[in-house]
Amino acid sequence: MSIFDLSIAAAAKALKAKEFSAVELTTAYNEAVAALNPRLNAYITVTPELALEQARAADSRIADGSATPLTGIPLAMKDLFCTESVRTTAGSSILEPFIPPYESTVSAKLKAAGAVMLGKANLDEFAMGSSNTTSHYGAVENPWKRLGSDAKLVPGGSSGGSAAAVAARIALAATGTDTGGSIRQPASFTGLAGIKPTYGRCSRWGVVAFASSLDQPGPMARNVEDNALLLNAMAGFDQKDSTSANREVPDFCLALGRGVKGLKIGIPREYRLEGTNPEILALWDKGIEWLKAQGADIVNISLPHTKYGLPVYYIVAPAEASSNLARYDGVRFGKRVDGEDLIDLYERTRAEGFGPEVKRRIMIGTYVLSHGYYDAYYLKAQKVRNLILRDFTDAFGSVDAILTPTAPSAAFGLDEKMDDPVTMYLNDVFTVPASLAGVPAMSVPAGLSAEGLPLGLQVIGRHFDEETVFAVSAAIESAAGFSALPELRAK
Amino acid sequence: MASYTLEGHTGTWEVVVGLEVHAQIISKSKLFSGASAAYGGAPNTHVSFIDAGFPGMLPVINKECVAQAVRTGLGLRARINLFSRFDRKNYFYADLPQGYQISQFAHPIVGTGEVEIELQDGTIKYIGITRLHLEQDAGKSMHDQHPSKSVIDLNRAGVGLMEIVSEPDIRSPEEAGAYLRKLRQILRYLGTCDGNMEEGSMRADVNVSVRKPGEAFRTRCEIKNVNSIRFVMHAVEAEAMRQIEVWESGGEVVQETRLYDPSKGETRSMRSKEDAHDYRYFPEPDLLPLILEQDWVDDLKAMLPELPDEKRARFCQEYGISYYDAGVLVAEQATADFYETLAKGRDGKLAANWVTGDFFAAMNRTGKSIENPPVSVEALGQLLDLITDTTINGRIAKTVFEEMVETGKMPTAIVDENGMRQVTDTGAIDEAVTKVLANNPDKVAEYKSGKDKLFGFFVGQVMKAMQGKGNPALVNEAVRKQLG
Amino acid sequence: MSLDAATVRRIAKLARIRVNDEEVSTLQNELNAILGYVEQLSDVNVEGVEPLSGGAQMALRQREDNLTDGGMADKILANAPDRIGNFFAVPKVVE
Repeated sequence: MSIFDLSIAAAAKALKAKEFSAVELTTAYNEAVAALNPRLNAYITVTPELALEQARAADSRIADGSATPLTGIPLAMKDLFCTESVRTTAGSSILEPFIPPYESTVSAKLKAAGAVMLGKANLDEFAMGSSNTTSHYGAVENPWKRLGSDAKLVPGGSSGGSAAAVAARIALAATGTDTGGSIRQPASFTGLAGIKPTYGRCSRWGVVAFASSLDQPGPMARNVEDNALLLNAMAGFDQKDSTSANREVPDFCLALGRGVKGLKIGIPREYRLEGTNPEILALWDKGIEWLKAQGADIVNISLPHTKYGLPVYYIVAPAEASSNLARYDGVRFGKRVDGEDLIDLYERTRAEGFGPEVKRRIMIGTYVLSHGYYDAYYLKAQKVRNLILRDFTDAFGSVDAILTPTAPSAAFGLDEKMDDPVTMYLNDVFTVPASLAGVPAMSVPAGLSAEGLPLGLQVIGRHFDEETVFAVSAAIESAAGFSALPELRAK
Repeated sequence: MASYTLEGHTGTWEVVVGLEVHAQIISKSKLFSGASAAYGGAPNTHVSFIDAGFPGMLPVINKECVAQAVRTGLGLRARINLFSRFDRKNYFYADLPQGYQISQFAHPIVGTGEVEIELQDGTIKYIGITRLHLEQDAGKSMHDQHPSKSVIDLNRAGVGLMEIVSEPDIRSPEEAGAYLRKLRQILRYLGTCDGNMEEGSMRADVNVSVRKPGEAFRTRCEIKNVNSIRFVMHAVEAEAMRQIEVWESGGEVVQETRLYDPSKGETRSMRSKEDAHDYRYFPEPDLLPLILEQDWVDDLKAMLPELPDEKRARFCQEYGISYYDAGVLVAEQATADFYETLAKGRDGKLAANWVTGDFFAAMNRTGKSIENPPVSVEALGQLLDLITDTTINGRIAKTVFEEMVETGKMPTAIVDENGMRQVTDTGAIDEAVTKVLANNPDKVAEYKSGKDKLFGFFVGQVMKAMQGKGNPALVNEAVRKQLG
Repeated sequence: MSLDAATVRRIAKLARIRVNDEEVSTLQNELNAILGYVEQLSDVNVEGVEPLSGGAQMALRQREDNLTDGGMADKILANAPDRIGNFFAVPKVVE
C-alpha cells in the first residue's frame, strides 16, 4: 500500500509510530503535487516550503507528545480561506495580487492543530459555479475518467480544486466551502466524502464571502472518518462571526460507530425528479436497502417546496453576492485598472477583474434588489426560503435524517453544459434545499455509474446534529464498500 | 406666535423643514469593530480590517453603542423597539470601504418621540421624532492634498452614528436652530454624543420645501452635511428663497441632493450623488436581529441622568427662580451642576442672579469655561454667605467678586484685608446721616417742600461717606428718621 | 418581467461594471433566462409567511466596548494599489 492511500487516521497512526516522519509524508505529497498539478490544475498557489516548515514543526510536536490527530497531515486549502502572507485569490483576477495580512479562523484552527498546508486549491471564481470552470486560473481536471475515454471531465464545483487534489492523492484531505452544494457536489463527482456542517458551526471569519447567509466551510476527504477528524478541528464558536453558534462541539468520531438501528430515515418523494438519471435513482434505492438492512426505519416523507429551492437560491445568493463583492473596487487591495475618474476606475477594474459568471450573478443580484423589484424577487424568495425551512422542520419532526442523491448526474465533460447558465444551475438541485434551511448535509461515495464514474448519496440532518449525519454516512460507507480509484493519482 | 413666512411676488410662502441629524456615538470602539472611535489620529491608524472592508471580514456589534442609542431614545421620550435589524445600504463611494453602509432601514432601534423647543418669544413647540437608527460612519476623502488625486483616511469609517430623523414639523430657520440646540443639549446631558459640530461629530441633513399656507407639501430638496447650527439656519432660508424663485418663475423644484456653500450663502446641486439613488437595501446577512430585553431597557432608563426639561422645572420649583433663568442655567449640564452646588442651602434667586450676571460676565471676559471657572463654586458660595449674613452689602460684594476673579483669593480674606465689613452700628450711621444733612441744608429744604426724589440722594451721600460699607436697610431707616 | 437593454445598462452602472454593446446583448439574454427560470416562484402562496433573512435563527450577540483592534496602518495599506503617505489614493473626486 502506497503512502498516498493512507487515510488521515492511518497516517496519524503511522506518524505516531514513527513509520515515517511528517517531513517525509509532506515531501512525498510536495513531489506528487509537483508532478500532477501541472495537469490537474488543482492548486492555484503551491506552498511546498511553507509545508515543509510546518512538517518540521509537526515532527517536533509528535516527538514531544503534543500532536493532535491532524498534526503533520498535508492538506489543500481552498483558495477562499484568507491565509496570512500567502496569496489568496478566490479564483478571481481581481484578487490576483492580494496577500492577506490575517488568517481565517478555520485555517488558523487547522494550523493550530498542526496540519500542513500544501497550497491553495483552485475553485470557481468567488465560489460561483458547479464545475470549477469559472476560475480565472483555469479549469480543474477531474482525475476520474469514463471507461475507455480520455475526455477531460469536471471535478464539480465550486470546491473543484480541493476535490481533485484529494481524489488524485495530491492532498490527503482538503477544506471546502459550501453555499449551495460546493462541497457535496464535487465530493460526489470525485468519489470523496464531504460535509457541509450546520450554518454557524464553522466560522466564516476570514473566508472570502459569496453569499453570507449560506456560506459554510467544511471538510472534504477520502472517507467519513477523516471528515469527522477534520470537522472536530474546524468547528467551534468564534466571537468574530456574529452568525457563529455558541455551542459545544461534540467529538464527531464518537458518532461514527453508532449505527442506524432504530433511526428513522426520511425519503423525500420530491427528489425523485422526472428525467433524473435512472442510475442515480437505482443507487438511491440501494442506499435505502443498505440502511434498512442495518436496522433503520425507512419513512416516506414530503418536502413540498423542494422544486422552489433553486429559484430561491438563484435570487438570494446573487443578491448577497452583489453586495459582498462591492468591496472589490480597486481602492484598498487587489487589482486596479486606472480610469479617467473614480467611477471610471471602478467600472474598468470590475469589468476586467470579474469573469462572466461573477458578472452575471452580480447583475442578477443588483437587479433583484433594485427599486421596484425587491418585493417581487428578493422578499418573495425569502418567504419561500422560510417555507423550505419549514419543510425540513416538519420532516425532522418524524425522521432523524434524510437520504437523497447528491447530484442529478455523474461528472460531466469539460466542454459540456457550458452555454446555458440555467442548465448549469440544475446541478445544485439536490444540494440547495439543505443550504437554504441551514441544516447539515454530507455526500458519501456510494457507487459507480455505468461509465465508471463515482456517484454520491446525500445524508441530511437536523440543525447541529452532524452526529447523526456522520452515523448514517458511516453506515452507507461501510455497506457501499466504495474502493474504486481515479485513473490519475499519485501512487 | 408670529409665524415665519417669506414674501414672493405671487404671495406668501411657508417653509417646511425636516432634519436628519447624524450624531456620532460616544464609545471607546467602533460600532462593528474593536478599533478606536476617537476623533483624529494619524491616518488609517484607527482602522481594523473590518473597517477597511477586507475580504472575509465580519461585523460584531458594540453593546455600548446599542445602549447609547437606547439612552438617546429614552431621552427623546421615544418608543424603544425591542426588535430591530440591520440592513445594507449599497452604493459606491471612495470613503465607503465595503461598498455598503450597515444601517437600519426597515426596523430602527428607536421609533417615534418628540423634542420640546422654546422660541425667542417664549413660545413652546413640539417637534416630532420619526425614528432613530444605528449606522456606520464613512471614512474621509480629502481633495486638496494632491493636484490630481483624492486621498482617503478610514479612521472615521465604522464609527457608530445615530441618525435622528425629525418629522417635517419645523417651520422657520429659528425653529431649526432651536431644535438642533435642544437636541444637542439632550445628547450632551445623556453623554451619548458630544455634539461637536466643528469636528463633525454632529451633522445635519436638511430637508427643505416651501408651500403656500394651507397647501399640501411640495417637493423637497435635501441639503447634505451642514456642519453648524448657524449654517443650517442660513441654508434653510437660502434654499427656501431659491425654491420660491423656481416656483414663481413657472419652474418645478426637482427632488435632489444639494450642498450649502457658506461662503456664497447659497445651495448648489450635488451631481456626484445623483445616480446613487437606488440603494438596494436588504437585511444584513452577517448580523442577526437585535433583540433587547425590556428589563435591560428599564435599567438604562433608571440610570438616565436628569434631562434639561425636568431639571429646569425642578429648579423653578426648588429654588424659586424664574423659568427664564432656569432655562439659562440648564443649558449646559456643567452650568446646572455649578448652580445647584451653589444654590444648595442658600437663597436660590440670589445664586441665580450671581451666576447669570457677574459670574457669566467674568467667564466671558476672561475666556474661561464652566469646567475651569473664573471663581470656584466654594468661593462664590462664601461670597453669597457674606451677603446673606449681612457681613457685606451687595455693592461691596461686586467689588469683592472682581478681586476674587483677579487674585483668586477667598472673599472673607478680601473683606478682612480691606476692612469691607458692613457697618451696622446705628450710632455710626446716625452720625454720618447727621453730617450729610448738615452739609446740605438747601436740599433738605427742597425735600421738605415735597421733592421726594431727593431721598435717594441723601442715602447715596451717606453711603459714600461710609465708603459704601453702610448697611443699606439701616441707612435708609436712619435717613428717613432724621428727615422726619 | 423581461429586461431590456437599457435596464441592463442601468444595472451595470449601479453595479459599477463597464459593459460594451455585445456584453449588453449577451447579458440581456442570460439574465432574462434566469429571471424566466425564477418566475416559477410566483406559483407559491406565501400569504402570512415571514421572510427568512438569515442563515441562523438566534438573537444578535453583542461585544463589550473595548479597544482591541487598529494601530496597524502598515498592514491596512500593504495591499493598496496606490497610496500617498499613509492615505489610500484615488483619482480626484469632484463633489
